[in-house]
Amino acid sequence: MLNTEFIAKLREIVGKEHVETDKADLICYSYDATQRKFLPDVVVHPGTPQEISRIMQLVNEHKIPVFPRGAGSGFTGGSLPTKGGMVLVMTRLDRILEIDEENLVATVEPGVVTEQFQQAVEKVGLFYPPDPASLKFSTLGGNVAECAGGPRCVKYGVTKDYILGLEVVTPTGDIIKTGGQTMKGVVGYDLTKLMCGSEGTLAVITKIIIKLLPLPEAKKTMLILFDSIDGAAQAVSAIIRGKIIPTTLEFMDGRTIDCVRQATDLQVPDDAQAVLIIEVDGDREFLAKQVGKISEIIKPLGVVETRVAETPEESEALWQIRRSVSASLRKVNPDKFNEDICVPRSKVPEMIRKIDVIADRYDVPIVNFGHAGDGNIHVNVMIDSKIPGEQEKADKAIKEVFREALALGGTMSGEHGVGIMKAPFISMELTKTAIDYMKTIKKALDPNNILNPGKIFPSD
Amino acid sequence: MAKLKNLEDFRDEIDQCVKCGCCRAHCPVFGAEKHEGRVARGKIALADALLSDDVEMEDRFLLDMSQCLLCGSCYAQCPNKVHTEDIVAATRREIAGRKGLSTFGKGVGIVLKNQGLMNLLAKGGGVFSKLLFKKVPDQSGLRLRFPAPFISSDRTLPPLTAKPFRERHAEIIPGDTGKPTVLFFTGCGINYMYPDSGEALLKALKFIGVTVLIPKAQVCCGVPAVSAGAANTVESLAEENLAVFKQHNYDYIITACASCHSGLSQIYPGMGEEFNEYRDKIKDIFVFLVEQGFAEKLAALPKVEKPIRVTYHDPCHLRNHGISKEPREILKALPQVDYVEMEAAGTCCGLGGTYSVYHYDTSKKIGAKKAGFIQESGAELVATDCPGCILQLQDSINHAGGRQRAVHILDLVAEVLPD
Repeated sequence: MLNTEFIAKLREIVGKEHVETDKADLICYSYDATQRKFLPDVVVHPGTPQEISRIMQLVNEHKIPVFPRGAGSGFTGGSLPTKGGMVLVMTRLDRILEIDEENLVATVEPGVVTEQFQQAVEKVGLFYPPDPASLKFSTLGGNVAECAGGPRCVKYGVTKDYILGLEVVTPTGDIIKTGGQTMKGVVGYDLTKLMCGSEGTLAVITKIIIKLLPLPEAKKTMLILFDSIDGAAQAVSAIIRGKIIPTTLEFMDGRTIDCVRQATDLQVPDDAQAVLIIEVDGDREFLAKQVGKISEIIKPLGVVETRVAETPEESEALWQIRRSVSASLRKVNPDKFNEDICVPRSKVPEMIRKIDVIADRYDVPIVNFGHAGDGNIHVNVMIDSKIPGEQEKADKAIKEVFREALALGGTMSGEHGVGIMKAPFISMELTKTAIDYMKTIKKALDPNNILNPGKIFPSD
Repeated sequence: MAKLKNLEDFRDEIDQCVKCGCCRAHCPVFGAEKHEGRVARGKIALADALLSDDVEMEDRFLLDMSQCLLCGSCYAQCPNKVHTEDIVAATRREIAGRKGLSTFGKGVGIVLKNQGLMNLLAKGGGVFSKLLFKKVPDQSGLRLRFPAPFISSDRTLPPLTAKPFRERHAEIIPGDTGKPTVLFFTGCGINYMYPDSGEALLKALKFIGVTVLIPKAQVCCGVPAVSAGAANTVESLAEENLAVFKQHNYDYIITACASCHSGLSQIYPGMGEEFNEYRDKIKDIFVFLVEQGFAEKLAALPKVEKPIRVTYHDPCHLRNHGISKEPREILKALPQVDYVEMEAAGTCCGLGGTYSVYHYDTSKKIGAKKAGFIQESGAELVATDCPGCILQLQDSINHAGGRQRAVHILDLVAEVLPD
């Protein structure tokens, strides 16, 4: 429990109505999409960077841990108050401050919902490409903290590729600016990039300066059904090798399609064992050519059927198959462990084969889909954790999947981050020296280990 | 005996929520309030905590549970199809069971049980005149929705009718032989506030020769009482209506109110097997009319030279049950209508049973968004299929200073049919 003097000071800083200690409120900020629960002692909704600065000074005096939170939709527990203390809810800072059409730059507060920002810039013919699956509800602050990805990253890159600068409150309560509004800038360390993906452990983000692109004129969506997973996996490599970079290159394996067939009335032919959804964007006349070239490249790889959408409605219908995956999977087994390994693109076929072997070895269904175009595969281990022994099998299989991804030159997380879920495994990917290097940075910036402690690094 | 499910019965459903946060994008209340306690995910966490005795029914808990429209927007988009609206309704019953009809149920309880206060309301409510208010039975959904002392003086309401719809007609209006017979479940909205829409329905059914039964013994469907957590009220209303359903011979039970349709077809079957045989008989008026080839008949009428631009608002209680095509089909077929689709036609108007009584400010914010979309569509009329929505839409338009009118689709249908 927190002392009353501390609570009184918090109320003084942010206003009484923005400090919550009722059990009902604490419960509402105790979870995220990992479904783990940790009850905080207080929930605070600050309204300005200055308030956050004062809060950080106060918590350092009282040694109370602080856990910044956006929408609470992360998959690795980045926003969970694992040590009690304070949840710092950033969603009151939700203004789009500027969309600069001359310089193709926007400035926003961290609580802006990603899709709302995208819609705002698209209204003036501009484009913010990163599109995590949670974009309808996740916040830009959370996206930056986790360096979110999404299907369009094949062509356009991830969140950090669009962040030019930040305003942040340091763990000790100073307000600093990193980077700026310009396309170039090499004065001092690139703290902006350091903050992107630092999972809220190094600073509290209070403003984000974002680089924008012109909105592509049009896009075309293709759905291609293959008679084998190998054919689809090879198609991914072949398209990239053919010097075509589609906007998105999503794939679904045979087990995924089975789930969709069982759970929905969407039409997928029986002989289809894998699906690729490919989207290309750009000038209208250029798209037909690209679609033709892709069709040519994949033709010898066991294509069962190709569907090309001509209108936004038809495109939506094709995406429906991909969007129905999540709910469909749950009908196979109630508990889903969703990992997001990433391997070099050319290694996708090999990785898929290895995952199949692992699924057989540990006798657990593993369903694979995801952003094959950039090598980011969503590996879903499906179990019913109420059955004794299932959880252990899943844990072993997941560890094995990480090992194989690393052996192929990949990483254990492409876009979800480490948080608490992958913290026990990071030494598989990073050397002790590299981990110590990171920890030294963390310790120097946050001497009291007060900002989002217990994340990324395994507990000593 | 009619019996609603307990919160305990929803344990598995509660476990289905994976806390992904998707509901944050679709909940109208969250959109206006931006607090996790207002969104489905938070309410499910709270219901879960209540079941495991991890939380007390303190003010914040009660506030969060009262902050739900039961609109089902979250359910419609939920990847795991969790019925938060049912979980919240069950939690409200749990609260009412343990603590009496408290907080959000308080107004309802007062109106239902305290006759002295009732009389006072009827005198001094300002919204309903004494005479007219007396015509509305104690258990009518209208009283649950608009207990006078809790009605903001800011709200614009239609006047109550001098003669309720059901009192105007014989219990049977014969049609042509060989045509179906339907039981018209009028609902409180049409009976007391919008009787003209009821007359319009009769005109449409007469046009196609359908025999109509209008039993006088029918009562409120109980949906507003579900919203209030008043389990006993819902159960006794359901039984009274069941007795009416059993008493007559007909092919279908017709509703022209989305909430009534939802009560009869979705809530009643969960209350006992005896309701099941009626489930398939319950039809929304526009589904029935489309099945009877009514749209083709309308389309065959000569087109009006200067049609009026009309848009459609999806009532939650139809949209959630997959009824969105038929009302539009009828609208588009009307010779005097130039149909235009508005943005976000399927989002809640903000009335939400008893919701707007206790949270009129939030309800207004939600309604204001809707009024904006209506305005942007360029329509002169917003037509829908639910008296509750009509009332809220008109109130929202009035507050936004708009000139559009909210009408029942039936009112437009009646305009083009012969008397």
